[in-house]
Amino acid sequence: MSKRIDVTDLNVYYGDFKAVEDVSLTVEPRTVMAFIGPSGCGKSTMLRTLNRMHEVIPNAYVEGSVKLDGDDLYGPGVDPVRVRRQVGMVFQRPNPFPTMSVADNVLAGVKLNNKRISTSKSKELLENSLRAANLWHEVKDRLDRPASGLSGGQQQRLCIARALAVQPEVILMDEPCSALDPISTLAIEDLIGELKESYTVVIVTHNMQQAARVSDMTAFFNLSAQDKPGRLIEIGTTDKVFSNPDRKATEDYISGRFG
Amino acid sequence: MPDFHGAVASDVDDRGKGGTTIQHGTVRRLGDRVFQALSTWSGVAILIMLALVATFLVWQGMPALTTPADELPYGAFPQFVAPLLFGTIWTAVLALIMAVPVAVSVALFISYYAPRGLAASLGYVIDLLAAVPSVVYGLWGIGVLAPALQPSFVWLARHLGFIPLFAGPPSGTGRTILTVAVVLAVMILPIVTALSREVFLQTPRLHEEAALALGATRWEMITIAVLPFARPGIISASMLGLGRALGETMVVAMVLSPSAVISFALLTSQHPGTIAANIVLSFPESYGLGVNQLIATGLVLFVITLAVNMIARGIVDRHREFSGAN
Ligand SMILES: Nc1ncnc2c1ncn2[C@@H]1O[C@H](COP(=O)(O)OP(=O)(O)O)[C@@H](O)[C@H]1O
Ligand SMILES: [Mg+2]
Repeated sequence: MSKRIDVTDLNVYYGDFKAVEDVSLTVEPRTVMAFIGPSGCGKSTMLRTLNRMHEVIPNAYVEGSVKLDGDDLYGPGVDPVRVRRQVGMVFQRPNPFPTMSVADNVLAGVKLNNKRISTSKSKELLENSLRAANLWHEVKDRLDRPASGLSGGQQQRLCIARALAVQPEVILMDEPCSALDPISTLAIEDLIGELKESYTVVIVTHNMQQAARVSDMTAFFNLSAQDKPGRLIEIGTTDKVFSNPDRKATEDYISGRFG
Repeated sequence: MPDFHGAVASDVDDRGKGGTTIQHGTVRRLGDRVFQALSTWSGVAILIMLALVATFLVWQGMPALTTPADELPYGAFPQFVAPLLFGTIWTAVLALIMAVPVAVSVALFISYYAPRGLAASLGYVIDLLAAVPSVVYGLWGIGVLAPALQPSFVWLARHLGFIPLFAGPPSGTGRTILTVAVVLAVMILPIVTALSREVFLQTPRLHEEAALALGATRWEMITIAVLPFARPGIISASMLGLGRALGETMVVAMVLSPSAVISFALLTSQHPGTIAANIVLSFPESYGLGVNQLIATGLVLFVITLAVNMIARGIVDRHREFSGAN
């Protein structure tokens, strides 16, 4: 479990529009990488290239390479569906399937991979995934109730459990707390701390304190101007980037002078 | 719909409270008042119209039920209406069985698989199909479809005749229950397709992406995120289609030459007619109690159409909890 991500010379396009330019970075296994930067600088775009969700958008494509323990995700003959089973994703707004129960939500991805999973196996996986997402105690008595009945924070942890159930190597999170209240946010931040023991985690956040609290490494992205592509400005350990950044732009952003 | 109404009402209340005026309670703008009166009265008008139709049907249909059978031109009412009722439901259900899978597939294709240009033109063609008058479908049924299908009826009866559905002798003209059902299916296809497409358009992008991010293929995404979400909508669309097939008059009247039988056989020339078609065909030569009998069959049609709609509502409501509406 848990693999290293190597991004090399990545350009990301939406049709003719180049959204992200010339990014190279590495995420070590069992660490949390935070992407920060002003809105529109391409953090989500960048994140979505790591599990090939980017190409779901018509005419969107990338140049360059993204490697998972040396295997190029964009190599010839690589099936994006397989990539997404290895690289799980949690979205900005909690999106459990509203027509499914709590249990079915957790097992939705598993059932895609393995239709004939035994009842005892699936029960075990259900419990493990919910425990790993710190949700088991809250939902164990309502596993067959609709997922839409949970609170926003619980729904988001349900989405994390759903991603974990597929047993991915990497977990991507795009502003996972931006739609949540402070208490639910703390619950998710605690959870991220636990997740990095087994997974490589990449999180996009617009919240500086959050980046400082949860991440080991931080990558700062910025735009040189409106309608120009976003670029990676600085990357380093979170301590370094927050206390003693190399670049002026990073310092300005972190100290709240813009963005 | 009730949600919408509630939202409007609370909006009005908030304005009353938050407004600059000192009067509290119900300060309402003219626009709100006009709109509310208009919508209330439209609702009431629909109910009154429905009640008037029902009253007319019951009042005019009653004599057919109370008069002794030997005085009625079409004989005892239950025996008169039974084959027609059967034919009405049987043709409509057959049409639905053929139309819904095709309609849903076409809608899925347009929404998820077709390149943008093709999707647009396909949608356009479907809408055009909805604009064809039913007389034209009737002519097409008689002139084109019936002769075209006739040889396959012969083949089916010969090879699958042991199944009661396909029992012979096959009709020589091709004007059978199955032909009518095919025409009806083509007629309800556009409405069911168009409505299913609307429903698919409303499937939240969020849930589609959730499925894809779990490693679902396009088709798996459709089965776990799109179809369950669209289910109530597809049911409503189908029921609308069923309603249209139940009431369709022209096509059936033109294509079928019915007999008073109850039979599931699809390919023979011995088949029942439908209530609506029977009314148009028999009305010109009916008088006195005969007219009352026809109106009573109309009442029966009215009741089953109402029942179909209520059942559809029921199905949709039963799954509300899991619909994502809450
Ligand atoms: N689906 C899309 N189609 C076209 N352009 C997009 C799309 N999504 C984002 N963009 C553009 O890409 C750039 C980066 O967006 P995004 O990755 O969402 O930024 P961030 O997440 O950092 O706020 C923006 O200029 C945005 O307008
Ligand atoms: Mg974003």
